[in-house]
Amino acid sequence: MPNLIGIVVFPGTNCEFDVAEAVEAVGGNYRFIFHLDKELSDIDAVVIAGGFAHGDYLRPGAIARFSPIMESIEKFAEDGRPVIGICNGFQVLTEAGLLPGALQKNSNLTFLCEPTVLNIETNETPFTSKLSPGSKVKLFINHFSGNYTCNDQTLQELKSNNQIVLTYLNNPNGSTQNIAGICNATRNVVGLMPHPERAIDELLGSDDGLKFFKSLINL
Amino acid sequence: MSNKADIYKKLGLTDEEYKLIIGHLDREPNDLELAMFSVMWSEHCSYKSSKIHLKRLPTKGDKVLVGPGENAGVIDVGDNLAIALRIESHNHPSAIEPAQGAATGAGGILRDIFTMGARPIALLDPLYVGPLDQPRHRWHLEGIVRGISSYGNSVGVPTVGGEIHFDPCYGGNPLVNVACVGVLEKDKLVLGQASGVGNLAVLLGSTTGKDGIGGVSVLASASFDTNSNDTEKLPSVQVGDPYEEKRLIEACLELIDKRLVVGIQDLGGAGLTCATSETAARANLGMDVDISQVHLREINMSPIEIMTSESQERMLAIVTKENLELLFQIAKKWEIAASVIGKVTEPVESVGYLRIFDGFENEPLAVIPAKSLADEAPLYERPTTKPGQITTKDIVGLNFGSDGKRADLKPSYSLNSTDLKNDLLKMLIKPEWIYRQYDHQLFLNTLIGPGNGAAVLRLAAPGVKKTKKAISITTDGNPKWCAIDPFWGTYLTVVEALTNIAITGATTQAIINCLNFGNPENPEVMWQFSKSVDGLKTACEAFGLPVVGGNVSFYNSTNGVDIDPTPVIGAIGLHPDIAKLLKTKDRNTESYEYDFFVLNGPDITTDDTRFSLAGSKWATQLHNLQGGFLPEIDIDETRNFLIKVAEVVQNQDIGLVQIDDISEGGLISTVAKMLIRYSQHLQLNKLLDPKSDEITSGNIQKQVDYKLGIKIENNLSVNSLFSELPGRAVVQVLKNKSQLFKSCMDEQNIRCYFLGSSTKNTLEIGADISIDLVEAFEHYQSSLDSVMS
Repeated sequence: MPNLIGIVVFPGTNCEFDVAEAVEAVGGNYRFIFHLDKELSDIDAVVIAGGFAHGDYLRPGAIARFSPIMESIEKFAEDGRPVIGICNGFQVLTEAGLLPGALQKNSNLTFLCEPTVLNIETNETPFTSKLSPGSKVKLFINHFSGNYTCNDQTLQELKSNNQIVLTYLNNPNGSTQNIAGICNATRNVVGLMPHPERAIDELLGSDDGLKFFKSLINL
Repeated sequence: MSNKADIYKKLGLTDEEYKLIIGHLDREPNDLELAMFSVMWSEHCSYKSSKIHLKRLPTKGDKVLVGPGENAGVIDVGDNLAIALRIESHNHPSAIEPAQGAATGAGGILRDIFTMGARPIALLDPLYVGPLDQPRHRWHLEGIVRGISSYGNSVGVPTVGGEIHFDPCYGGNPLVNVACVGVLEKDKLVLGQASGVGNLAVLLGSTTGKDGIGGVSVLASASFDTNSNDTEKLPSVQVGDPYEEKRLIEACLELIDKRLVVGIQDLGGAGLTCATSETAARANLGMDVDISQVHLREINMSPIEIMTSESQERMLAIVTKENLELLFQIAKKWEIAASVIGKVTEPVESVGYLRIFDGFENEPLAVIPAKSLADEAPLYERPTTKPGQITTKDIVGLNFGSDGKRADLKPSYSLNSTDLKNDLLKMLIKPEWIYRQYDHQLFLNTLIGPGNGAAVLRLAAPGVKKTKKAISITTDGNPKWCAIDPFWGTYLTVVEALTNIAITGATTQAIINCLNFGNPENPEVMWQFSKSVDGLKTACEAFGLPVVGGNVSFYNSTNGVDIDPTPVIGAIGLHPDIAKLLKTKDRNTESYEYDFFVLNGPDITTDDTRFSLAGSKWATQLHNLQGGFLPEIDIDETRNFLIKVAEVVQNQDIGLVQIDDISEGGLISTVAKMLIRYSQHLQLNKLLDPKSDEITSGNIQKQVDYKLGIKIENNLSVNSLFSELPGRAVVQVLKNKSQLFKSCMDEQNIRCYFLGSSTKNTLEIGADISIDLVEAFEHYQSSLDSVMS
């Protein structure tokens, strides 16, 4: 049985249908979880999809972290089960303190929707287990606040624990050390700015995203 | 009486219109009634200057489910699916407050689409601004793009295409047009009708505030004058909230999906007055509205303000009493405010009245026949005069053809590498600075995105079953053609749009149009408008296409100077099978062996008079040569070309690698862009090669391997290189399939002229011209970025 993926939907989330399609494309099952729900007992892995949760009011993720579902997700993560945050989901996870650091506005101060080439830094996460470290993937970014930042101590920890998951080859947004994705110290919570769900078919410009979802459903 | 005259004139109504209102009411209107008439009878809402002309357009077709007049046009695309589409302008608000003006333009058109029950899946935004050497024009463009980006991205609808034009005539009055496409299951189509006496009218969404009051009358139906203070009009500009709209979309689509509404209508221009009167009028019924039930943004709002506010993100749903509770539940889930503000009423002696109350227990504040507001604005056949300037205007550089009649621009211009390169560079502006600020991929439908002629999207949407079909959509305008000759200019613009659709392998199904013109009280502008409508009609009839929707924007003028006539033509096509899309599969090969051909039109090696440069970018913008005669096209050949080329593009076996149409900047610009695009793909593929360690940091876009070039043996003339004669395309074909391709074209009766063969790094023409593509590439990539940053 493939894993059942819970896709979290806040008001303002807009990538939930695309994540669902990506899960289905690799033969997985999914269930949408509305932000007012709390029930995750049937879920094997949680994906917080991209978009503009609660309109990104105040700042991205700042209000979403207080939605009822987040308490269950924190518990889920504490139990060592996979929680993936894509784009706005990554922002929510940093706001919720499940991942270190923060995502500030892109260095050029505009929204960026473009292809980017990334280096896989580690396959020791539930979202990259089927990718080879050192390999490159073409994914798309789509964000205004994707500029990863953290203090020196956090950066040292990320490096020494091998918590940097993905790096940009061209650093489109000014991220510290080209960081595009990280995981927590226990490696079960992963956040990344690029959208693997947008890269599931050559017709869309890349199918490199499929391996991320294969990793997730076949733990 | 004189006091009354002051009031109605300030509201934009004329003496004659006031008399008509008295006729409809059989008495003098009170102030509220007058305000309601003034917004509904504004140019923006009533189309009073244009309707007589628009009636000439063909609107019927066997695929047309809903034509013009409803919130959006709807066409049948098979598989029990339909497409809703519409285009609108938001020019005047964008001139005063570019970001909010453009944002609310996007918001407004989205509501027009989902009110039909369709999930909006794509936006396109044709933009016309002044040249970017002026700070104010850069402010316009920066704000407009930021507005569309912030609203469209956040509301969760991808912006997949559009166009950008620069011309001084848009300096004081930029044009922001927005088109939207939605997908629905045919049997879920809902109309904006208040049917069923006793049914309830529920106002959904945002609070009603004092923003946008008089937006349609004061702002959109008047010209700009830099001597007056246009910032005084700022309160007439609405402010958008994409988060509210996103929740409104989800709530309304859920209501429609569960069949809980009998009719639904968005609140746009003229606000509640428009939504209530139009829904009642369409159903031939009346409506009682209680303004005390409207959820307000601020206290002490007058009935006039409530009834004419253009606050954004609001919808009016008509529901049965039984379904009201279910509606409230869905509204609560999506955190959408919902208030029952009225009920549908019986007509009185077959007249449906819109009655406005402040508490139903009180006497009505206004009693107006709904149809007199919605349908019975006066129609004007305004005087038209052919502009004298067309024949007397600057005709520098005109040479007369051998027939003594056809004149053309053929200045003494000898080709050399430097001149040609300089001209070419000015043509090459990549609009990426604009579209990379737009989410153009959401819903995973975007197979061919912005930066190309037409966007191609899977025919699919959340909640709608997948098909193997795709839709192809484009918007095109060429105001310089239309300034010379609005009839043929519009006609040729349609041909350009159809060509964009055809070269994606799709067949055009329907046309939409956004007609941006100057002051209609200027007879020359009305003449341009009338001719443009005729050109659109004639082209649509020639190609057998219905017009399913449109928008007219008049009063685009500053200090008495009107913009060039700017009809923007949108076309939507259907592609039968995404597996047959041309996706340049051979781009991984590093073989440089390709041949290039030009399809359709006159022989490129000749000096055919159809290679007119009149109205071309080369003539008008680079060399300030105005006037001339527009090129003629062979209608039968073009019709054949459009049908057959779509089949050719779907053929996977004839070595076709790339196809692009010849449009702005002419043949030479098309070829240069194709070479650049191809090289870019080669480079990206190389980067993704696991063995490549060519790049570890830095900007990918700049590190392109400049590989593909072309050698054109013939000395092509300036006319042949820069003519924008539409209905033509350039193809890149694998050299070893070149003969096969050529014979296939012969079979299809498509004229096919050999242009040249691939080479490396340079664009060569004849013996003397050689242009380094490295520089052209850099320029193409960065020209807009460097101006805007």
